[in-house]
Amino acid sequence: MLDIRNLHVKLEEEDKAILKGVDLSVGAGEVHAIMGPNGSGKSTLSYVLSGREGYEVTDGSATLDGADLLDMEPEERAAAGLFLAFQYPVEIPGVGNMTFLRTALNAQRRARGEDEISAGDFLKLVREKAKALKIDAEMLKRPVNVGFSGGEKKRNEILQMAMLEPKMCILDETDSGLDVDAMKLVADGVNALRDAGRGFLVITHYQRLLDHIRPDVVHIMAAGRIVKTGGPDLALEVEQNGYAAFEGEVA
Amino acid sequence: MALAQAKPAPLAARIEGLSVPAGAGWAAAARADALARLEAMGLPGRRDEYWRFTAPDVLNAPEPARAAVLDTGDEEPIFDAVDRLKVVFVDGVFDAEASDTLEMAGLEIERLGDALARDITWARDLYGVLEARGQDPVKRPHAALNTAFATDGVAIRATGRAEKPVSLIYLHESDSSDAILHHLVRVEEGAELTLLESGPAAARFNKAMEVDVAAGGAFHHVRAQGRDHERRAITHAFARVGRGALYKSFTLTANGALTRNEHVVEIAGDEASAHVAGAALGDGHSGPFHHDDTVFITHDAVACESRQVFKKVLRNGAEGVFQGKILVKPGAQKTDGYQLSQALLLDEDSSFQAKPELEIYADDVQCSHGSTTGAIDETALFYLRSRGVPTAEATDLLVLAFVAEAIDEIADETLREEVMSRLTAWLERRRRG
Ligand SMILES: Nc1ncnc2c1ncn2[C@@H]1O[C@H](COP(=O)(O)OP(=O)(O)OP(=O)(O)O)[C@@H](O)[C@H]1O
Ligand SMILES: [Mg+2]
Repeated sequence: MLDIRNLHVKLEEEDKAILKGVDLSVGAGEVHAIMGPNGSGKSTLSYVLSGREGYEVTDGSATLDGADLLDMEPEERAAAGLFLAFQYPVEIPGVGNMTFLRTALNAQRRARGEDEISAGDFLKLVREKAKALKIDAEMLKRPVNVGFSGGEKKRNEILQMAMLEPKMCILDETDSGLDVDAMKLVADGVNALRDAGRGFLVITHYQRLLDHIRPDVVHIMAAGRIVKTGGPDLALEVEQNGYAAFEGEVA
Repeated sequence: MALAQAKPAPLAARIEGLSVPAGAGWAAAARADALARLEAMGLPGRRDEYWRFTAPDVLNAPEPARAAVLDTGDEEPIFDAVDRLKVVFVDGVFDAEASDTLEMAGLEIERLGDALARDITWARDLYGVLEARGQDPVKRPHAALNTAFATDGVAIRATGRAEKPVSLIYLHESDSSDAILHHLVRVEEGAELTLLESGPAAARFNKAMEVDVAAGGAFHHVRAQGRDHERRAITHAFARVGRGALYKSFTLTANGALTRNEHVVEIAGDEASAHVAGAALGDGHSGPFHHDDTVFITHDAVACESRQVFKKVLRNGAEGVFQGKILVKPGAQKTDGYQLSQALLLDEDSSFQAKPELEIYADDVQCSHGSTTGAIDETALFYLRSRGVPTAEATDLLVLAFVAEAIDEIADETLREEVMSRLTAWLERRRRG
């Protein structure tokens, strides 16, 4: 589903290479985890895939179901089924969470040539999804992420994911800041979509999340490259020994 | 220089074609006083402290510049959904046929000319009185001109709780009309009135309004200035707010080649409250847009509150100006003054000039002011786009969020939604191009 080939990325403003040849393929219904030291380029990969400005792709490709992601506007990537749960969700004062969700859902529907959702159906849907994530109605009324706790922001990301039902989800450290119960709720959300044939790229520093979302593949990223790929056991290895063993492989 | 004759006196040329309307003796005297004030001041010039950011030329000119009448298609006029008493002016002339009968429980309302023809104490105590007070310390020549020459308007006295809003509708039909309207509003003790204003009014519009809110009274004002691209307007509101009274004014401006809205508020009674707010949207793509809010709030009583909230969204070379002052007089202790003026510039061609001022002569006072000029928050924009919302729609969402604080100053929910829907429609039209 998601195919990344030899992706090289530098900062637009300066001559600093961040991704130095990333290769990665996530199939339908698969969960891939990416682990790696701080600053190794994990968030950069997620931003480049979702189309954030400030980066320049100098080589390589990224496609979603064969469509060239790098050639699309961020909103087109979203409509094509890509979703990024941000490491740092953005606060938008003055825009209500409900308005935000409805606008996003309808924009994607329109882009796909579907009808907009009715106000009634939307309300029903949002209530149902919010309930599953234990997000209370009061949080839905507030401006997007404004005054949300760290964990609430992460749950709000997953609510958006649940509403938009993307094909391919990238979760950037969604587990950081979540309490144990919230982590389970989020994992349930991911597992539900996974069963429906969606793909996941889960960026995390901790083995804990992977207890709940059992990954098919674990990648280690260091200095802008995938330096090791393996099964779920790789995550345990990292947990015990750190990254020192892998960083040698960069050279 | 052989032709170095004295420059033609601009004031003489400006008022040459105007005549002082007839009225009772006291009204004639008030108008004569205003004319004397005007002659002493002369017309405003670019060197005047409060005209540095706005060129007064087209307002000073003997004739108005032409302004095409905008075709608004099948769009329903604003406030149409609101149950109200309609008072219609066409190019500045009262239209009895199009208006409702001037009768409503809780208030007295009549044409200005009728009020000025008789001996009505409250009108005599108000006409030109607040305007004259408002000339010090900042000169407002076009307001004096208005008092001297206003040809029409309404005089409203709220004696109880007015059962529905009075809605002044200003239609614009002639592309060379030059209208001068003057309204008087007296809200008696404990009485309550909502005044709506809407429409472009004329090619050139000079409007003054004097509002006296007695103790415990409440005055709500919601205005939507017409969308005709070439219209030009200078408006003044002079208000006096009595003990425990409330004065609340909101203005929506979208389009207009030139708009200068002046607000002069005197908080005269203890524990009174005055809020003045505005949202202005300008797109230079459809012609020049220059919008100027000039506000002067004087605190002259104890434990009063004032709020100024002005938001401007500017694109394609649109220009915004804010000049706002809070003056706290000696003894006006426990004053709570707040002033916010912000511009959102959607491109680098647009501009915003701000002159926020505080002048405080009391020591137990809380006053804050903030003025900012900013662009769209790129991080928020990307966040919205990453959820599938196209750039233009995402920008509009952020624009609405930006102006929300000004709109929230409208107390009545129906009116707030009415204004919001106009704003949304304006943005949508621009999106469709
Ligand atoms: N816009 C930018 N300007 C300057 N440096 C940047 C920018 N974006 C990324 N970088 C740098 O690129 C490197 C990779 O950053 P990135 O955020 O992708 O790391 P990460 O693997 O997600 O780290 P963490 O685990 O701490 O979240 C870092 O050294 C970072 O400082
Ligand atoms: Mg990161």
